[in-house]
Amino acid sequence: MNSLSPKERVKIPRQKMPEQEPESRRKNFEEVNLGLELELAKREAHRCLECANTKCVETCPVGVKVKDFVQLIVAGDILAAAAKMREDNVLPAITGRVCPQEDQCEGGCILGKKFKPLAIGYLERFVADYEAAVGKVGLPQKAPATGKKVAIVGSGPAGLTVAGDLIQRGHEVTVFEALHEIGGVLVYGIPQFRLPKEIVRREVDNLRALGVRFETNVVVGKTVTIDELFQEEGFHAVFVATGAGLPQFMTIPGEHLNGVYSANEFLTRVNLMRAYRFPEYDSPLYDCRGKNVAVIGGGNTAMDAIRTSLRLGAANGYLIYRRTEAEMPARIEEVKHAKEEGVQLMMLAAPVEFLDNGSGWLKGARCIRMQLGEPDDSGRRRPVPLPGSEFEIALDVAVIAVGTTANPLVQSTTPDLKTTRKGYIAVDEETMKTSKQGVFAGGDIVTGGATVILAMGAGRKAAGSIQQYLTTGVW
Amino acid sequence: MFSIIEAQFVAPDVKKFRIVAPRIARKRKAGHFVLVRVHPKGERVPLTIADSDPAAGTITLFVQGIGKTTRLMNLLETGDYVSDVVGPLGKASEIAFYGTVVVIGGGVGTAIAFPTSVAMKQAGNHVISIIGARNRDLVILESEISAISDEVILTTDDGSYGRKGLVIDPLKELIEAGRKVDLVLAIGPIPMMRAVAEVTRPYGIKTIVSLNSIMIDGTGMCGGCRVVVADKTQFACVDGPEFDAHLVNFDVLRQRNSLYREAERLSLDKFQQDPSADLACAKEMCRLQNL
Repeated sequence: MNSLSPKERVKIPRQKMPEQEPESRRKNFEEVNLGLELELAKREAHRCLECANTKCVETCPVGVKVKDFVQLIVAGDILAAAAKMREDNVLPAITGRVCPQEDQCEGGCILGKKFKPLAIGYLERFVADYEAAVGKVGLPQKAPATGKKVAIVGSGPAGLTVAGDLIQRGHEVTVFEALHEIGGVLVYGIPQFRLPKEIVRREVDNLRALGVRFETNVVVGKTVTIDELFQEEGFHAVFVATGAGLPQFMTIPGEHLNGVYSANEFLTRVNLMRAYRFPEYDSPLYDCRGKNVAVIGGGNTAMDAIRTSLRLGAANGYLIYRRTEAEMPARIEEVKHAKEEGVQLMMLAAPVEFLDNGSGWLKGARCIRMQLGEPDDSGRRRPVPLPGSEFEIALDVAVIAVGTTANPLVQSTTPDLKTTRKGYIAVDEETMKTSKQGVFAGGDIVTGGATVILAMGAGRKAAGSIQQYLTTGVW
Repeated sequence: MFSIIEAQFVAPDVKKFRIVAPRIARKRKAGHFVLVRVHPKGERVPLTIADSDPAAGTITLFVQGIGKTTRLMNLLETGDYVSDVVGPLGKASEIAFYGTVVVIGGGVGTAIAFPTSVAMKQAGNHVISIIGARNRDLVILESEISAISDEVILTTDDGSYGRKGLVIDPLKELIEAGRKVDLVLAIGPIPMMRAVAEVTRPYGIKTIVSLNSIMIDGTGMCGGCRVVVADKTQFACVDGPEFDAHLVNFDVLRQRNSLYREAERLSLDKFQQDPSADLACAKEMCRLQNL
């Protein structure tokens, strides 16, 4: 029980996340945030006002019972806090690190109206890390076996969430992954310094402990089709969570030059293939040491790529974005960390051509300045090129992080699966049902590139409808 | 983990592997490829599937030891394992009745072209195979190709076997002699494929090449394998690997394939000085599998 009065609670300052110093961390791939100690976590938990109307729960895409788990931290029963959290969130060590809490739980926290919001993300991470530190996991109870089989296509955050939810309800769950490691974007996209791969492995092992089966090296649509999963392998339901497929290029001259990468490739080489440890690991990457690197884009992927390039030894890391810092879709913490590490923001600019050094290698980019015009469909002010403002910048590497489009592999081999105009899988937003009986979909393959937690929220919703479908048989 | 049930050299530096991969064996068609990662620190290399046996659940690969990974792979033996095999990837060859089809394989490209030759023959085509190699020792699959071809022409660079010269010499003669050629498939080193494209271009003979760009995931996710075809960006892994030779920008392909030349050399030198660490990594995995 929290014995402090509300007045005493608000007097406690929000605890600061201990971090690696910018100077040292920009030279390594170790995690930037170091995590709260038990005492700091408890002190932070005491700040919770225990509102009757829990805005923090409402604003969470998976509805984590924030007040309940925070109370368990106050009571000192950390493993119980973990079990409470896992009822709604199967990946707390991950979301505690990568969620944009400022827009969700912490954005809803009443403390934030006058003081600083409760550090819910830090506490979530603390609880999950505590489990690992003491070598015990607060796993929830599992329902008796139902004899129903569910196939999950893709092992990213949406797929893992559905796996965690449905294994708890007693179904047999198999997750198919195209790559050789489990985790999807969590292992190929998000860098080690923001989300260590050991953390993903830990959460995956927790799911294994609950009974989830994982099969790597299976490209659904190629190795096996959705129809075959039903007809030949006896699955009763399929959840498609194949993620934000194909990298978008900018269709400007010079994009095929050596040294120009998609963010997907740049990050996959470093994260999944461990190119930062070449030649111990086989896959190489352009040697960035002492070089000028630019990333084009303003989202989390762009931040990940440019901060990665600094860790690979880049002399200059430029972030080229066509709007201003205020419109950047990246998490606030990522932008802050990037700036501390020396990333140079080049706002209101966009490349119009990548320049050839004469033998097929990138030597720079010709860019144009922008100004902000009227708001567009996204509600953000549209960037408008300023005539005559072109300038050149010397570059050795350019990474394009301007978004992705739908990967058609599953859709094109499943004829009765309806897609949207842009090629994403069409679903009923309430149930995540697709046009094909027994098939549900969620995450980036439905919404286009979004966040880990939104994919998990979609998974949560889908798991609920899959459960209903499996128990009632009604489509 | 994927078990190697047969591994034998068919030419110096070219090894034939049969690997247990039932899911892939069941779905594979001519023209498909797999990505193989030998051990947990390895890179993912694309290899065309030369054959498959759905009943036995195996696929057949021919590996030419060129870089570090292929040379490491060629040290593996029957009973060993590779860490990962994923596929079948890419678009299958467009098999149809064309009439007379000339299939040209240069070096290990011969093995890559072989399954398509088989399928073309089964589709009723008159198949003329041209096998090119540097010398006699490097000629592979001669008897298999002879068995399914209506005509076979062999060329070696040094004249130690078959005709002395390049694969385009007999192709030119066929065309100039007025033989009606309806389709040419050419698989081999970039200069060879480009030369074939230039031979057939003036005659407007449909010509297909299989592009060997650098890949990672093989599902279209990274865009690293992008090539320029008909002035448009295409991904070799999902839009190919086979493309119309007359529309391929071979300069961009050559340039992009040279991206990691220095790193590749470094990796190979390190491996050749001491292959033990990599072998241990691969063999350790095998031991674990057998526990």
